Amino acid sequence: MADQLDLLWPVLIPVMTAALAACFWYNIRAQRIISFIGLVLLFAASVKLTMTVVEHGVIAKQFGGWAPPFGISFVADPLAAALVAITGLLALTVGIFGFYDVRARHERAGFYPLFHGMITGVNGAFLTGDAFNLYVWFEVMLVTSLGLLVISRSREQLDGTIKYGVLNLFGTILFLIGLALLYGATGTLNMADLARVLPGMTMTPGLMTAAMLFLAAFAIKAGLFPLFFWLPASYHTATFAVGAIFAGLLTKVGVYATFRPFTLLFLIEGETLRYVFTFIAAMTMITGVFGAAVQWNIRRILSFHIISQIGYMLMGLAIATPIAWAGASFYIIHHIIVKANLFLLAGAIRAAGGSDDLRRTGGLLKSHPWLAVLFLIPALSLAGLPPLSGFWAKFLVIDASLRAEYYGLAAVALIVGVLTLFSMMKIWMEAFWKASPVTPSRRRYVPVAFIIPIVMLGAVTMTIGLFAEPFVTYARDAGDVLVDPPLYIAPVFGAEAAAEAGALIAGDAVEAEVIETDLIENGADDGVEEEVR
Amino acid sequence: MTFLYAAAIAAYTGCGLYLMLSRHVVRIILGLALLTNGAIFLIFFSGRIGSMVPAVIPLGDQQLAPDAANSLPQALALTAIVIGFALTAFAVALLVAAYKRLDTLDAREMTAAEDMGSPFLPPGGRPSTGGRPSNDGRSAEKTPEAEKKSDEVKTNG
Amino acid sequence: MRSIILVASTRIFFIAMVVVSLWILLRGHNEPGGGFIGGLMGAAAFATLAFAAGVDDARKMLRIHPAVLMGVGLVLAAVSGLPGVVLNGSYLQHQWLELDLGLFELKLGTTLVFDIGVYFVVIGGVLSFMFRLYEEEQG
Repeated sequence: MADQLDLLWPVLIPVMTAALAACFWYNIRAQRIISFIGLVLLFAASVKLTMTVVEHGVIAKQFGGWAPPFGISFVADPLAAALVAITGLLALTVGIFGFYDVRARHERAGFYPLFHGMITGVNGAFLTGDAFNLYVWFEVMLVTSLGLLVISRSREQLDGTIKYGVLNLFGTILFLIGLALLYGATGTLNMADLARVLPGMTMTPGLMTAAMLFLAAFAIKAGLFPLFFWLPASYHTATFAVGAIFAGLLTKVGVYATFRPFTLLFLIEGETLRYVFTFIAAMTMITGVFGAAVQWNIRRILSFHIISQIGYMLMGLAIATPIAWAGASFYIIHHIIVKANLFLLAGAIRAAGGSDDLRRTGGLLKSHPWLAVLFLIPALSLAGLPPLSGFWAKFLVIDASLRAEYYGLAAVALIVGVLTLFSMMKIWMEAFWKASPVTPSRRRYVPVAFIIPIVMLGAVTMTIGLFAEPFVTYARDAGDVLVDPPLYIAPVFGAEAAAEAGALIAGDAVEAEVIETDLIENGADDGVEEEVR
Repeated sequence: MTFLYAAAIAAYTGCGLYLMLSRHVVRIILGLALLTNGAIFLIFFSGRIGSMVPAVIPLGDQQLAPDAANSLPQALALTAIVIGFALTAFAVALLVAAYKRLDTLDAREMTAAEDMGSPFLPPGGRPSTGGRPSNDGRSAEKTPEAEKKSDEVKTNG
Repeated sequence: MRSIILVASTRIFFIAMVVVSLWILLRGHNEPGGGFIGGLMGAAAFATLAFAAGVDDARKMLRIHPAVLMGVGLVLAAVSGLPGVVLNGSYLQHQWLELDLGLFELKLGTTLVFDIGVYFVVIGGVLSFMFRLYEEEQG
């Protein structure tokens, strides 16, 4: 019982922090203290949650003491728990970064309540086991992130926020319409309940429409191929701390939300949907990396790279073997850390070089050699060079795609990796290598508050890269839960219901004369499955 | 009645989408508000409106009357209304601020964010908006291109 | 240009609206009503006052910043779920306390705390936008 309460704290702590910070609206110093205590507690709670999940497997909790399909359930599977832990880490590091980056006028405009409100939304979205509740957390996240994005009220921010807000709002409305159709067809919105009910239902046009509306809505949230335009239009205008947490977390909530319905509710069967996902994954990778090539603003380059990296994560959805899911899970975790670190580094480069336009900065290798080293860690990790975390992430997804004979996708992934390296080298050459186009009037210092989080996140990247084994094992666990819905259903409804649902899901497979264990066991099951169908 | 509900949903969604296609930002926000309402109607309708008896346990009873309305779609609709209301309020406040700072409500003229680090503009930003002119050799090459680009955008409109 | 009639009558209406909003809030205990609807009524009262007598008057009447009200409400709502954690191990499972006061029985629950929290959040949330919009218009 006490273990299940671990699910509560990662959401309740940021809510309380946001609320208490708002109570001290005029006392900025008190807000700072509350905020920092909240961040430390949140980090501790989220690590605790992950440890509980490692120990006990998937855990679930009903709120308000209502029986499962009626109350709101929170479920933590390995993927969600890991994402919550990373959120805790990232919030803490960005909080430290914010000691210098967040200005007094931002604090007066309500930075701390908004920041913690956003963390609440992110953690809620990761942990909730109810589709409508997911919508609520999305909106909490959206309205607070809008507030954070526009916190300086500058021209660029207002412009970016309008684009960000309109497109994301449209996405959530699509999600809401999908929810309405799903509720009309099934009469429930609890995800575990849906996972129990849906395998027994025929895929009516209404259900298919709901599935595709979910895909479109989460594609907007995640920045998938044709629907990513809001992302590079807005992320580079935010303040550096805000930009880092956005770049790290928000799109990944979309990716996580894309994974959920298509692993739990609408099992990916048949060729067509698989082709759609493969196409989207490939195009997301390609357009992102080419979009980055022409830009000069550091954070715009990085924003386009977020899109291209999302494509790699989507490879998990396209291939949908256990290994691919493990690879995608590992990729998400690696990416959150690296991308947020790069956005923080953009702030450090700005502080050291005076501009975030690459044409107007330079010579940092001479003036700030340590910054160059710190930049290379996440930059090379992003490009996928060994022995950094990005290498293992790319290795896992590409390995999965080769095993499942998705050669085209693997080729695209490799080429995009090279192009990513080109883009990182562009930042390196322009910001660090080339002589500065303007002679700085004085020596610029990078504040210590910037360096600490960058070093922390860099250390995590190195750790994942050098000691990949436990992380890969964990990602495999996460992948196993993703391909096996009964594991998700069992903690919510009990083992019996899960077994029934498992039989229902396996029912299709038995009809097609595929032995169930075969499906779960090896990565090469894909070919078998297709042959039989 | 079914037709009436369906027509209402269609009208809300259709008008919302039409308004969203406009370049005028206020209309886009109005369109989003209408679209949200369409979605809320849809939730309400998928909950199968059958009963008009409120889902409140009468005084003295221990459980809900058997013919009471399904309370879940009502809860969903109420939540969606609250959220839609908050977001619309935020969007309106955002528009007022944007209009004061950017002096425009035309989505085509809102380019402040796009201009940052744009390869089609000199490093100092858009020259006409008072951005600092640059003496960089690279920017001189780019300027005619930038003009061409902005012309294209205008003729497209 | 302020109309004296409007300002004077608004002050009466303001009191009536706040009282009604509180009544709706407490009515939600057993009958339709509750924090959200009550909060909207309360916010409407302050918005009417801001419309008639100016935002400054309305802010003075509210005494504290709307965001603070929102924070207080959120704290109340979040805290109201905690007794459930201690007693049954389920967050937001509401606990009831029955008091026999001789004349009538008073049944108090943590739901009341939650509802009051919602009431504050709604008033604070609506007014923080509303006041700013009015100020933009006047300023």
